[in-house]
Amino acid sequence: MSVQTAKGVLLRVTELNVHLGESHILQGVSFAVPEGGVTALLGRNGAGKTTTIRALLGLSGRSGSVSLADRELIRMPTHAIVRLGVGYVPEDREVFADLTVTENLCLAERDPEPRYELVYDLFPELEQRGAQRAGSLSGGQQQMLAIGRALLNRNRIILVDEPTKGLSPLMVTKAVDALRRAAESSTVLLVEQNLQVARSLAEKVIVLDQGAVVYDGAVADLLADPGLAQRYLGVGGTH
Amino acid sequence: MSTFVLLLVTGLGLSALYFLIASGLSLTYGLMRILNFAHGTFLTVGAYSSWWIAIRLPLPETLKFVVAVAGCMAVGAVVAAAVEIVLIRPLYRRQVEQILVTVGLALAFTALVQGVFGPDPKQFPAPGWTQGVTILLGANLPNSRLVAIAAAVAVFGVLASFLRFTRWGLIVRAGVENRAMVTALGIDVQRAFTLVFAIGGIAAALGGALGAIYFGNIDPERGTATLIFAFITIVIGGLGSFTGSALAAIGVGLLQQFANYYASVFLGFSAAGDLAVVLLLAAVLLLRPQGLLGRSV
Repeated sequence: MSVQTAKGVLLRVTELNVHLGESHILQGVSFAVPEGGVTALLGRNGAGKTTTIRALLGLSGRSGSVSLADRELIRMPTHAIVRLGVGYVPEDREVFADLTVTENLCLAERDPEPRYELVYDLFPELEQRGAQRAGSLSGGQQQMLAIGRALLNRNRIILVDEPTKGLSPLMVTKAVDALRRAAESSTVLLVEQNLQVARSLAEKVIVLDQGAVVYDGAVADLLADPGLAQRYLGVGGTH
Repeated sequence: MSTFVLLLVTGLGLSALYFLIASGLSLTYGLMRILNFAHGTFLTVGAYSSWWIAIRLPLPETLKFVVAVAGCMAVGAVVAAAVEIVLIRPLYRRQVEQILVTVGLALAFTALVQGVFGPDPKQFPAPGWTQGVTILLGANLPNSRLVAIAAAVAVFGVLASFLRFTRWGLIVRAGVENRAMVTALGIDVQRAFTLVFAIGGIAAALGGALGAIYFGNIDPERGTATLIFAFITIVIGGLGSFTGSALAAIGVGLLQQFANYYASVFLGFSAAGDLAVVLLLAAVLLLRPQGLLGRSV
């Protein structure tokens, strides 16, 4: 269900502002996500990455402009935004602990023909553990389920928030493989602390610092400049 | 033995009424995080609408009662859905205003019923057989209590099946756990809010009609009086836990009935049931603050 836009931009964010209490968390964030592939949203802890993802989905109060394929989302409720073809893998998985694995997946169904084959092909354990309560899964299995929920539907864009956080190296590999498969049919906006993962998946990178965009360009250019990477991400460019 | 059986059944009858009002209250809180102080209003709506229908229908008494019960459940659903859409929906996330509005609605509705139908209880035209008894193990068990128990068991079965086997039930169970994530899956959770309110209205209205045959009359203030015990029930059962509210209703009804009887017989102390329920509530809050089946915070 990919969408061609005149400028090749699928998601455009303009002057996005988020206030939480007295704090001005996002301060006029603007960036564009091209259609297709993976765009990484990077930054140090507290830079505003998760807040940006939540604001795009309408999960927190925000102002400014967010358009998906030239359609304005800023006044839409979350469920209506998602139904336009926006998948979401939240930072802390947020699977429904009291529901079974199968029920978690059923709940996420939006398309007339959900892609169970794809999900079970990527994560066979989800099929084997269908009757198991999601709360009793390991952290890695819960992440499979969170990613599986997003892959079940043909989304225009999938917002993925730190999918490798706290995972074993084996699970990181599985998550990366799944995101690579996801990017074959959807655009992916990926928040990631693991620079290796971001570098292996993304062509474009947006860096946030203190609630504002400080870099917007190619991953290779960012990593080629050790000063930039050190300043904005706290790592050397060769990492 | 016969006294014990009688207390057991009458206690379970009381439990049935508490469950019918507490089940909706618990689901409403679990999904929406709203303590609806106007929930007792739905019981009053059920009692008065079933009475209003029953005194007008020229039908055999049992059929008349069945039609009156069905009608009052429909009225309960409509009134509850209207309350959610008109009064609650504009006040999501504004808890103080929600409390003020629902308390205000409960007071205003009681006054309205008193103004329209009078402040005194009205006799309910219950079918004769509901006022009779069934003899079991030497005890004369009031049929009204048996009807209430059967209805509560049926409602529990229907609601449990709804929650377990339907997509809307799945949405409600997921919403109780994490409402924001349900919306992030593309589900309009507000429709689930209205549905849960309507279900709560149906159950409470049924409680109102069954309370009418249980007590033999209807009373403008019964909804408010029963609501207090329904709140205690959902706190003991665990806020948001449907099964917990059923278990707690059984405990509260039985404790109240047994305490009333035995304290009266052996201590000469009347109305010990209410005190026993409050002590049970205190004990649960001290030992297991999240309630029997609630989640620890």
